[in-house]
Amino acid sequence: MLSAEGLRHAFGEGGGQVVALDGVSFNLTSGQTLAVFGPNGAGKTTLLKVLAGLIRPQEGSVRVAGGRRAIGWIGHQSHLYEHLTVRENLLFWASLYGVPAARRGPRATEVLSRLGMGDRADQPVWSLSRGLAQRAAIAKALIHDPSVLLLDEPFTGLDLAAAAELRALLGELRGGGAGGRVVVLATHNVDEGVELATDVAFQRRGRFVHFAPRGGRGSSEIAEAYRRAVGGKETDG
Amino acid sequence: MGELIAQAWRVARKDLVLEFRTRTALVSAVVFTALVLTVFNFGRDPTAVPTIDLAPTILWVTFTFAAMLTLNRAFQLELENQALEGLLVSPLSRTSLYWGKLIANLVFVAVVEGVGLPLFVLFFDVPVGHVLAPLIGVIALATLGFVAVGTLFSALVMRTRFAELLLVVILLPFLVPPLIGAVQVTARLLGGRPLSESVGYLKLLAAYDIVFVSLASLLFRFTVDE
Repeated sequence: MLSAEGLRHAFGEGGGQVVALDGVSFNLTSGQTLAVFGPNGAGKTTLLKVLAGLIRPQEGSVRVAGGRRAIGWIGHQSHLYEHLTVRENLLFWASLYGVPAARRGPRATEVLSRLGMGDRADQPVWSLSRGLAQRAAIAKALIHDPSVLLLDEPFTGLDLAAAAELRALLGELRGGGAGGRVVVLATHNVDEGVELATDVAFQRRGRFVHFAPRGGRGSSEIAEAYRRAVGGKETDG
Repeated sequence: MGELIAQAWRVARKDLVLEFRTRTALVSAVVFTALVLTVFNFGRDPTAVPTIDLAPTILWVTFTFAAMLTLNRAFQLELENQALEGLLVSPLSRTSLYWGKLIANLVFVAVVEGVGLPLFVLFFDVPVGHVLAPLIGVIALATLGFVAVGTLFSALVMRTRFAELLLVVILLPFLVPPLIGAVQVTARLLGGRPLSESVGYLKLLAAYDIVFVSLASLLFRFTVDE
């Protein structure tokens, strides 16, 4: 459903070259959530951008079943237009993703209801709080019912309660088994993403220095493994 | 092709809704147009140079700088909440994105010109009734060319510091050919000369449009891709 093979990408040239991806490979199927932990500058965002097709890797390839239409992206920026209402934003993005015109309105209503934002549909985005704007961003990412979700530090800027709420929501959205979505979550904070993960990777200087199923490991065990593998606190940088 | 145009129209419609709702660039450009024409009207000596000789240059200088005010906003609004990133992740083709921005910019500039032309007639007392149709045709032909280049360059400079200043600096040299053509054709039309005398300049304007709309459509992806 989502596979990466031998990804390599570097920025800059010569002595100033920064390797953002170095031999990253994995294969994820329905219902799997890969949490990629790493300090700032480890190459997590570059990995997501390569998976989303925003950056063409210098080496390696990415395969996404369903192509770009299958991808939903949630980052710390909402991609929403402040002076459009939440519904207008969703209808615009739905049209770009090829949702049939007759389905766009009902689909927007359905997604907003699911996210508990039905009563905010006609509010302009600029009037929403940070937490609600993040929900609206999730609604935007889900409007075309993507089978692959890419999450880039989605908890940034949220308070503890809003972050917990978002984690619960993402867990629900992920689904499970053959009908579930593939999720790749990149974060520098082990506590934020470990509950959602079926698989865990630690990224350092572009490389996956650890990549394994999470198994029954809790956040403290993952954090300890992270410290051993990466050699610092998860909140480095 | 149909899907390319449909996607372009979706982008353009979104930009038009945003602009007509916020009216940031459009109002600035219209006010700028009125102010420049007012300044030119009172800041010249009509006995020194006949109005008819100055008018075409004044018209096109005004249109060009007013258009630049609207061109700047085309991609600036996509930087808000990194919406551009969302557009690039989506199945929207780069060509559709460029065409969408081009269509929206053409509408904005047309609105500015639609306000500017009557003011120009009013201030300079230039009779355009008998040449209105060909004059509008020339304005449309020249506008398409410089908006096509301007839209490409506004994407190129959007992430730079001093983007607004940089756009003017790199765009103006490219506007010389359409400006020369537009001023020459406008001068002949306002001077009561037949359109057939301007065929060479009209061909220049048409060639500029074809070349730069095609080139910009091909090159646009290099301005937005990482």
